[in-house]
Order: sequence, then structure tokens, then C-alpha cells
Amino acid sequence: MNFLQNFLILSLIKVAVIAFILLTTLAYLQWIERKVIGHIQLRVGPYRVGPHGLLQPLADVVKLITKEGVMPSHVNKFFYLLAPFIAVVLALISISVIPFGPEITVGPVKTWMQLTDLRIGILFVLAISSVGVYGVALGGWASNNKYSLLGGLRSSAQMISYELPLALAIAAPLLLANTLSFREMVNYQDGFWFGFIPRWNVFPEIVGFCIFVIAGFAETNRVPFDLPEAENELVAGFHTEYSSMSFAAFFMAEYANMVTVTAVATLLFLGGWQPPFPSPYSDFIPVAVFAFGGLIAVFHGLHPARRLDKFTLPAAGLVFLGIAALFGLSLFVPMLKTILMALFWFCGKVFILLFLFIWVRGTLPRFRYDQLMRFAWIVMFPLALLNLLVTGLVVALTSK
Amino acid sequence: MTPLIFLIFAGIAVFCGISLVAQTHPIASALSLIGVMGSLAVLYLQLGGEFIAAAQMIVYAGAIMVLFIFVIMLLNAGAEATSRTIPLFTRYMGMLLLAAFLGLISFIIRSMLPKTEGVEFGAFQGGTALAIGRKLFTEYLLPFEVTSVLILIAILGAIVLARREI
Repeated sequence: MNFLQNFLILSLIKVAVIAFILLTTLAYLQWIERKVIGHIQLRVGPYRVGPHGLLQPLADVVKLITKEGVMPSHVNKFFYLLAPFIAVVLALISISVIPFGPEITVGPVKTWMQLTDLRIGILFVLAISSVGVYGVALGGWASNNKYSLLGGLRSSAQMISYELPLALAIAAPLLLANTLSFREMVNYQDGFWFGFIPRWNVFPEIVGFCIFVIAGFAETNRVPFDLPEAENELVAGFHTEYSSMSFAAFFMAEYANMVTVTAVATLLFLGGWQPPFPSPYSDFIPVAVFAFGGLIAVFHGLHPARRLDKFTLPAAGLVFLGIAALFGLSLFVPMLKTILMALFWFCGKVFILLFLFIWVRGTLPRFRYDQLMRFAWIVMFPLALLNLLVTGLVVALTSK
Repeated sequence: MTPLIFLIFAGIAVFCGISLVAQTHPIASALSLIGVMGSLAVLYLQLGGEFIAAAQMIVYAGAIMVLFIFVIMLLNAGAEATSRTIPLFTRYMGMLLLAAFLGLISFIIRSMLPKTEGVEFGAFQGGTALAIGRKLFTEYLLPFEVTSVLILIAILGAIVLARREI
């Protein structure tokens, strides 16, 4: 009984921490996206609310909560209200099987930096994401609007089509590692070839990785595959008729799906929390990165381009230097080091992939619908099959 | 804990099953069916069939039912008109018959099935992906391959039928 209570309390604490971090990340991901897109288009992005627009997510949340929720006439009320709920719940569930780091010891407690490790964790994520299409499809159908309906239909067709190459691309690293658990998957990618090339799946499975990322763009309805919400044809697609918090739910679901896809890509192909260099060298990289960023911010604060930069940039620089100092301190505290190093490498890889998503949105135009379908069935699907076949052959020939 | 979870999800499965038949709108019926599949997946999971549970969600709830809903939306099928009124006599006799039928069924099940111990949750270990894969590629290799040929025939048939339309 004591164990159960301990387990329950421990799980509740972990759920609280992960939920808080995930929701904050989702809010600030949107800020990062607007900033990056802004800079790609030579604008500054959000700037007025808080220093460098840092409070913009908060302002957006307040706006969305206080807005009037409009219910269009003649909609199917039950399904209209159910759809955003389904979308956001299914988008947030997947995070429960994602591991952020190895087993850690905090005081007397030993625990994994993960909510739960299923033996079928990867299948679980696939199952949740394949059911996730209902939120979008139902929302489009229940809105009683032909643009919404077309958006919902496009999304169902697109997600079914791209799920096949996605699943086949996932199957190849599974063959290599011979496991369905994320934890064992990352453990398999531990170590280095010839002492310096990390044993990540991305090197033998570069084709699979590319297919996974491209299909991931389609699964999350992002540019260049954002046909369900193509604004020049379909107004805003499946969420045209949604306002206030139900719109926010769809919005949040999209970003949560993005985080899930990038996290899964990191775990399956990029070695999870394993550092890219052997241990003594990789330990100094977080310190160097944060110290460098802090020094740049301080430098720009001393030579301000805008009036307020005199105060905001040195403050940001000090925060960065503080983080650098924390990482430096952690080199001498083994308990802290395990947590911080794992978090740094995992979050770093996820953020690089998220940046790729935003970057692509800022640069690529949208596909036409028939091009999208042809690409899925004529290019991606056979390529993924071929990749799986070759991987299977290699594994079968080398395993004995 | 486990009997409680079983009761909750068994209840949801039965409720969704009744709702599937009782609903007049095809989308509502289809969603009820998804509810049945989801709660069945949880029951499989409790019995130790984790791979079956995941496959149930991916294949049935995630792929086949999406296609169902897709077709219902494309056809824009509306709610079924239920104007017919059932006569009072039929209604009461129907209830009686249903009760008699259920009694008969439960009697047959109780008398025919051998008395066994209750199912122990978590005792069965053969439901992992590893165990199923082993069985599938050794003991049941022939049925497995024959099924894949069967699916290939179905795909070819669909293509032939679709081409005739074009």
C-alpha cells in the first residue's frame, strides 16, 4: 500500500510538472513561431506586449478567454462542442509516454524522467495520432459550413494517406533496435561508432528520417501540407466557424501535435537525450552555448539599437549567464548533471526540429491537393516500403 | 482497482453498443462504434493483450472508422426519419420476449461452459508484440501468408471495379 501511495503521489507530481512545462512551451512556441516568421520576412514580430513581445502569449490567452463564443445556427451542438475537446485531449495524451531523460535520483527517490514506459509506447503514439483525426473531421462536419466540411474531409484523407509512410518509416528503426519501448530505443542508440560518430538511427536510416519528417509535416497539417486550412480556398478550413476557447483548443492541438512529432523523431532517430559527442567534451557545450548567448545579449544591451534594449537585453543576458553558471555548477554535482544534461540535449534536438517546422512555414508555398495525394502514394509510400525492405534485409543478414 | 476499471469500460462498451443501434444519425452511430472499439481496447489491455489493443486502435478505430465517417460525410447522410409509432401491444410483448431471450442465453452459457476460475488480470503474458510476432512467423506462418494473399486479392478487386467506373 505504501508503494502504491508513493507511486500515485510521484506520478501526480510528474504529471503536474510535465503538464505545466508542456502548456507553457505550447504558448511560447507560438511566440517563437511569430518571431521567427517575422524575422524571415524582415519584420520584428510581436513587440508591444512586454519586452520583445514576451508577454504576447499571455495577452493572447486573455483575449481568447474573454472573447464571445459564437455558436453558428443549425449546427449539431453536441458534435460541434465535442470536436475541439477530442482534438486537444488526444494531442496532449501522447506526451505521457515520451521520456525526457534517464533514471534520476532526487534525494531518496529514484525515478525516470518519463510518466510511464509502455512496452508498446511507439504503437501507443501511433494509435493516439491515428484517432486524432476525428477532432478535425468532426469539427469540419458539425460546423454546417461547406468550407469547414471540405477542410475536414481533406484532413481525413490526408492523414490516412500520410499515416502509411509515417508508420513504415517508424518501422525501420524498430527493426534495428528490436524494441517498441521508447526507453530501450534510446538506450540502443547509446555509444559511438569509431569513438566519435554517435550511434543514432539517423545515420543508417537517413531515408527513413526524411520520410518521417515529411509525413510529420502532413500529419500536423503544417505548411506545405496545410490543405485542410488553405485560406485562399477554404477561409480557415475546419475551424472557420469556431471562436473563443474552442478555436484555441484546435490551435493548441496543432502545436501539441508538432511537439509530439518532433519528440518522437528525436527519440527514434536522433538518440533522445544522448549527447552528440563523447562525455567529457559534450559536458562543456551547454555552458559554452548559454554563456555565448548571454554575452551577445549583454553586448547588444551596451550598444542598444532601440531605447528599451538598454534594460531588456542585459537582463536577458544575465538570465542566460545564470543558466550557464547552473550548468557549470552541475559539472560538480552528479545528481544535477544527469538531469540537466539530458534535458539540454533532448530539448535542444526537439527545438532544432521545431525550428525546422517554422522555417519551412516561412519559406515553402503550399502544395495543390492532387499533388499532395500523388506525392504521398507515388513517392513517399514506395520509398518507405523500399527503405523498410532494405533495412530488413540488412538486419536479417547481419544479425546471426 | 482492476475490477473497477473493467466495470467502467465494460459499461462504456455496452452503453456505446446500445447507442450505436439506438441513434438515428449515422455519424452518431459511427462514433458510438468507435467508443465500443476504444473500450474493448482497454479490456484487451487489461487481459494482457497489449499488441491487440494497439492494433485495435490503429486499424479499426484509426483507419477503418475514419473511412466510414469519410463516406458518411461525403454522402451527407442526414438523420433517419423515425415517424413510425410502435403499437403498445408490440412494445410490451417485445420487452417480454427480450427478457425471455436474455434468460435463455444466460442459462445456456451457464450450463454449457465449464466452471473455471475467474480471469486473473495481468496473468497472461503471451500478448506482447514479441510473443505474437514469434507465433505469427513460426506456428501460424501459413494462415498469415494466406491472409496477406487474400488482402491482395481484395485490393486488386477494388482496382478492377474502380477502373470500370472510370
